[in-house]
Amino acid sequence: MAVDVIMPQMGESIFEGTITKWLKKPGDKVERDEPLFEISTDKVDAEIPAPAAGVLKEIKVGEGKTVPIQTVVGVIDAAGSASATAGAPAAPVAAPAQVPAGAPKKEEVKATPAKSPAPRAPETRAPAVERASAASASASATAPARVPTAAPGDGRRVHSSPLVRRLARESNIELDSLAESGTGAGGRISKKDIMAAIAAGRVPPAPATSGASGAAAPASAPAKPSAPGVAGAAAHVALENAVPRERIYFGKYEVQPMSVMRQKIAEHMVASKHVSPHVYSIDEADMSKVSAARAKSKDEFENNYGAKLTFMPFFLRAAVEALRAFPTVNASVDGTNVVLHREINIGVAVALENGLIVPVIRNAEEKNFLGLQRAMNDLAERARTKKLKPEEVQESTFAITNPGVFGGLMGLPVINQPNVAILGIGTIQKRAVVIEDAIAIRSMVYLTLSYDHRVVDGAIAHQFMGKLKSVLENWSEPLI
Amino acid sequence: MAKNTGAPAKGNGSAGEKTQTTFLEAIRQALIEEMDRDPSVVMIGEDIGVYGGAFKVTAGLLERFGWERIIDTPISETAIIGAAVGMAYQGLRPVAEMQFIDFIACCFNQLTNFAAKSHYRWGAPVPMVVRGPSGGGVHGGPFHSQNPEMYFAHTPGLKVVYPATAYDAKGLLKSAIRDNNPVLFFEHKFLYRRIKEELPEEEYLVPLGKAAVKREGRDLTLISYAASLHTSLEAAETLAREGIECEVIDLRTIMPLDKETILASVAKTNKILVVHEDTRTGGVAGEIAAVVCEDAFEDLDGPILRVTSLDTPVPYSPPLEERFLPNAEKVVAAARELARY
Repeated sequence: MAVDVIMPQMGESIFEGTITKWLKKPGDKVERDEPLFEISTDKVDAEIPAPAAGVLKEIKVGEGKTVPIQTVVGVIDAAGSASATAGAPAAPVAAPAQVPAGAPKKEEVKATPAKSPAPRAPETRAPAVERASAASASASATAPARVPTAAPGDGRRVHSSPLVRRLARESNIELDSLAESGTGAGGRISKKDIMAAIAAGRVPPAPATSGASGAAAPASAPAKPSAPGVAGAAAHVALENAVPRERIYFGKYEVQPMSVMRQKIAEHMVASKHVSPHVYSIDEADMSKVSAARAKSKDEFENNYGAKLTFMPFFLRAAVEALRAFPTVNASVDGTNVVLHREINIGVAVALENGLIVPVIRNAEEKNFLGLQRAMNDLAERARTKKLKPEEVQESTFAITNPGVFGGLMGLPVINQPNVAILGIGTIQKRAVVIEDAIAIRSMVYLTLSYDHRVVDGAIAHQFMGKLKSVLENWSEPLI
Repeated sequence: MAKNTGAPAKGNGSAGEKTQTTFLEAIRQALIEEMDRDPSVVMIGEDIGVYGGAFKVTAGLLERFGWERIIDTPISETAIIGAAVGMAYQGLRPVAEMQFIDFIACCFNQLTNFAAKSHYRWGAPVPMVVRGPSGGGVHGGPFHSQNPEMYFAHTPGLKVVYPATAYDAKGLLKSAIRDNNPVLFFEHKFLYRRIKEELPEEEYLVPLGKAAVKREGRDLTLISYAASLHTSLEAAETLAREGIECEVIDLRTIMPLDKETILASVAKTNKILVVHEDTRTGGVAGEIAAVVCEDAFEDLDGPILRVTSLDTPVPYSPPLEERFLPNAEKVVAAARELARY
């Protein structure tokens, strides 16, 4: 995970600083809080500690240069970050490198770790950025657009109360997001404020939920819910027990706390089922032509392009054609508006150990067959090695899941929000099929479509499936 | 042990239909009913017989029950409690009166080392009640105004009851007499003749260890007992006019403390203010605060506040006593601050 190193604000009236010396070179290992570079400002000269442990990857602002506060001056490749262990795509957890605004005001204060041990106060940054941009136009342009790094519910620096912190945690609300709207004494976030936020359905900033929006369960995933955490506290209001807790624990059992990814999947699935009335249509396609084309070109394809030829690009291409023909399937719903997406970004569910992720093939409509295959291979590989970027699991307009990989005949998937439909692909197998008046052996596949009946009706869904099927059965596009 | 006669006890018969019964009269009724019901109940104390008690709680009891069951003693609290413990050992259910509860300090050893531990140490139950007038606000000065409940609430083996209403005083005293443990029963003297209410004709008991929600509210909870309950209710009335809805809890029993009712209210209002006339340090407010922090920290939306008497002796001077004691004005001020928090 890359952690930005930022020009800190050394005093309230200071809006820029000069880098006098880098104490590390790119490629050097740094410890967290180890002096990283020296700066000189109108008020102080200081040593700035590293915001994270890792390797200094890049120096963006060289010695002798003067830049506005909040400017990213370097990048540390942090080792062993929390997001990696969570298995989710790297959430934008960028620890800011700044010293709390206004902390060292005296002349010649050395901002050593001992004197300034909190270079990770996310709460202090937002106001600092505001002040900076108000006073100096150039400062705002350089402020990196990132969300506060505090975990949801961790509002230690925002004045609140134990109750407010608990409610925030349970409702997945970042207290930082309410910091300006506290109505309690001295701007404290009170019970009233948090209840109002919950009532207003306020959700954490988008990047914090990137794991959630990218996660959809393929229909073949086992539906057994895992036991709640030992603490028994559901992480989200959506995660309620269907039965009283005493009916859950009996006999011999083991309690496994859900991973963050698992919780996000659970929340997302409950929310999707709650919001979208799912309808399912099932069709089957004769894959004989596709199978033959693939068998014929498989080796040559791999030799020429260094990419394995799978069935996936065939389905992606067919989906693109069908989505072009029926744009209401390539949409989102916002209240009483239907948002028809002009781009076709197809999320593909990739199973991981103990979870799954839905990386997105962007602008699939602009890619040729090879491009689709390459994008698929690349995303799947990086999904498994946890190297996806947050933006690569966002902004899908349609999704495909493939329970057939695990031998599933067919599956009825849950819609990956904010899409309105998801295609399920069963296993491809040879079946006896009646053609005219003869019984033939053909490679067949079951295709299922789960769709949001708020906007997609059965008539559209079946025509969509007809188009999909037609592309697959009459495959003519050259693969090489 | 406690057999219910089933027949409604009618007190001394002097109370007519729909009469308002004072706090003091309610206590007298409880004593009479229990002595009628159970011949093992006896009373012992200073001037309780011929004189009828310093506050006339036991007026008429000597005539009704005779000198063997209404025992006048010399001025020696130690002798009264010592004798009561002995009587309890022998199978009686003595009700000992302290003329002023302040003097219970004389009996500290007998209560904490003998009455409280007898059953634990020797298997010998001590079913006795020590009752007496307590509390200030009557310009009684440092030896006739105290609230010594927490000395005893701290002692495992003793129960401590401190009612605020006539109904509860009667029902709790009857339960205390029937309890097989030593029970200290505090009667706030300020309430004796100021508090009146209509009591049920039929017999009733109020269980020990159960608090009562006297007023429902959503914004914060006032927890109190005895005279402070009335202070709290008055404050709640004032606060309601300002739009601050207080829930008001009457503890009724200090030990055992009804944590359930307290925690339920904390879960509802998320803010608590404890009001008591006992002095501040070591008062039950501190214990309540600890319980809430331990069991319901994440229900709190504000600090746990206290309005209590000052950590001084009870002053004789009326203006100083006024300054010393909690009152509605002080409760309102603290509650406003808490509501705003």
